Amino acid sequence: MSRRVSRPERGIALSERTSPAHRSPIRNAILPSTATVALSQHIGAPAECVVRVGDRVREGSLIGRPNGLISSSVHSPIPGVVTSIRTVVLPGGERSEAVVIALEGGFDRPVGGTLREPPERSSEELLSHLARMGVVGLGGAGLPTHLKLRPPKGLAIDLLIVNGAECEPYLSADFRLMVERPGRILAGAAIAARLLGAKAIRVAVRASYPEAIESMRAEIRGGGLPMEIVPVSSAYPAGDERALTQSVGGRRIPSGARSADVGVVVVSVATLAALHDAVALERPLFERVVTVAGGAVAEPANLKARIGTPIGALLEECGGFLQRPERILVGGPFSGSVTFDLDTPVTKRTTAVLALTSEEVKAAAPTPCINCGRCEEACPRELVPDRLLRLVERDRLEDAAAEGLAECNECGCCSYVCPAHLPLVESFRRGKLLARNRGVA
Amino acid sequence: MRPSFPHSLGAAPHLHEGATTARVMWTVALCLAPSGLWGIWQFGLPALLVLVTAIAAAIAAEVLVGLLRRRFSLADGSAFLTGLFVAYTMPPSVPLGVPAAAALFAVLVVKGSFGGLGANWLNPSLAGTAFALLSWTAAMGSFAAPSIWGLPGGVRAILPPFAFLSAHPGAAPAQASASAERLLTLGHYPVSPFAHGLSAWLASHVHIGIDPHAIDLLVGFVPGAIGELSPLLLLIGYLVLLRRRIVGAAIPAAFVGSLLLVSWVFGGLAFGRGLFHGFPLFHLIAGGALLGALFMANDPVTSPRSPVGKLVFGAGAGALTFLLGDWGSYPAAMPFAILLMNALVPMLDRGARRRRIALRAREALR
Repeated sequence: MSRRVSRPERGIALSERTSPAHRSPIRNAILPSTATVALSQHIGAPAECVVRVGDRVREGSLIGRPNGLISSSVHSPIPGVVTSIRTVVLPGGERSEAVVIALEGGFDRPVGGTLREPPERSSEELLSHLARMGVVGLGGAGLPTHLKLRPPKGLAIDLLIVNGAECEPYLSADFRLMVERPGRILAGAAIAARLLGAKAIRVAVRASYPEAIESMRAEIRGGGLPMEIVPVSSAYPAGDERALTQSVGGRRIPSGARSADVGVVVVSVATLAALHDAVALERPLFERVVTVAGGAVAEPANLKARIGTPIGALLEECGGFLQRPERILVGGPFSGSVTFDLDTPVTKRTTAVLALTSEEVKAAAPTPCINCGRCEEACPRELVPDRLLRLVERDRLEDAAAEGLAECNECGCCSYVCPAHLPLVESFRRGKLLARNRGVA
Repeated sequence: MRPSFPHSLGAAPHLHEGATTARVMWTVALCLAPSGLWGIWQFGLPALLVLVTAIAAAIAAEVLVGLLRRRFSLADGSAFLTGLFVAYTMPPSVPLGVPAAAALFAVLVVKGSFGGLGANWLNPSLAGTAFALLSWTAAMGSFAAPSIWGLPGGVRAILPPFAFLSAHPGAAPAQASASAERLLTLGHYPVSPFAHGLSAWLASHVHIGIDPHAIDLLVGFVPGAIGELSPLLLLIGYLVLLRRRIVGAAIPAAFVGSLLLVSWVFGGLAFGRGLFHGFPLFHLIAGGALLGALFMANDPVTSPRSPVGKLVFGAGAGALTFLLGDWGSYPAAMPFAILLMNALVPMLDRGARRRRIALRAREALR
């Protein structure tokens, strides 16, 4: 086996050292006494609430059904009673209706379940089953999986890339899944490939995860699966869809296009495991593995948490804070959002809860740009961030659009390297929003 | 322990590599320090006073600009660095008013009036030096002999090797194949006892013949501006910056390459030796070319961003350093060469920007 490592062309090299959380096996988080389950946990329309205050729900009962074509289902993560339905603020600032459930009663769903052959079903039946089970992308974006796996009209998908690149620092949930549950991931991959009509499956695993590569390889060998493992660089953002399509798929995505346009679909390992559970175990998506880490956390860990668990409970379960955290984040350090509220509930998009110290954040006041060009060297989309910043700040949105502002996916590489600490990503986010509102191409 | 409100409302990304502009500036200053200390060791108090004067004037000017703009940027180290660079291009014997005026011009006129750090389109310190060269030509062109030569105290103005050769071209035609060092020897140019001893030792013990003048030039036992004496120390400082990825290699490589090439092709003409009989290495290590190539031309604010732009910029500055120096009125032409190329930077980057936008538009159409 060659030790060729596929790397993104640009981006930033990060330390390959693993964090303490990487050595902490997945364990079940303590059940929350109340779960706050947002009805908007995915891209698209919020689910339509089907319960009322006072209703009794079981573990896995439907509480929200898909509302329209781009939507998904939401289930009760715990048995109990609906105590209220209220508006919550989700990480990232979005507001959503949420069903609050107080834990009560027993668990009647078989724990875990046994692996068995998925029942023979047509693709259409499988896709609507996934919508019913509320399976959405667990990598953070939250695109409903039944939409992602529906082959786009007129496009033939021939390659499925299993995303085990886990390129953001601190995150370790995907690593643990690959080490502990390779069978579910790969069985999920087989189902996804069948739905897409993809003939080839390539499993992208971070090269600095030898344990995960070994575990996944053993599973592939043992099952005689027609899949190939491709170690990928541990640079950030090696796990970006575009980067993987290029490095693992060998196909360049043209400006303004998506990976499906070149016949590639990328699905994260966590999503595939959930997909497997939904199909083979009839298990709705109501829990997920969350990495709890950061310099301020006493005992970093990977917790399998019920959706709706307050993040404060997870932090407490990891021993609380060693010191005052500078920032508490929901999501990875590059893409996550700051939160001030420890009652913020875990959603299907919550990859991690991080409490970072000021030594880790290294915030500094912005100084003038000295034209050093590091942002341009770092940008995986080959944009020129300092130029874009100037254009957005001067409200020259047409010129910014010509320079590719819309293609920025806010990975954060530019801001990470900028010695002037300029608010690059921040202003691109604002600029993109302004451009959309004004209809600038 | 619950976090108390408010803690920072930060936007993603929530990590940083750790570099700051100030750290970059102070690292550059630190890597330049050995060369300046060498100058102080060679020329003593006068060199130190020039350094202190230039830096103090630059900082005073930065404070003044800060007062006017109500925005202070002293801690970023850029004013210190500007003062340092101004002093490095001055002869140690220069009257102290010259470095002061040059540093004030650099920070007030070239940097401050255009909007401060990052907004200037000429390298401030080089503009200050050019200002001094044009205003106090004689003072900027008289050099003291290095103390190690042990010349009688009365010797004041001595020509640096490069100017010396230009002033005594007579011996050259007869010696069409001779090196620059050989010509210095023929002209009875002084040699340091150190170089003399080392050359003799190398010849007798390792059987390597190195002209003592070459040793003096390389190590920095020559008259010259305070910070450009020792190519060896400048190179070490540059390599540290390169390794820490604070500066790039494209501009220095293009600068050095083009200077070597052009001075080899045309450098012999002034001595009546014809084409392809120049002294390329001599041109590189004698005078300020290396300080310009490794540091000043590499100033990010005033150099291009595109890879092609960097090569054109470096090559142009290298060629002009020779051409203006050999055929112009000021032998130390490095500041003029780089300033000329500074002025072309917007043009060099505009081409790259147009190509980039066109490429994106073409791809989107497909």
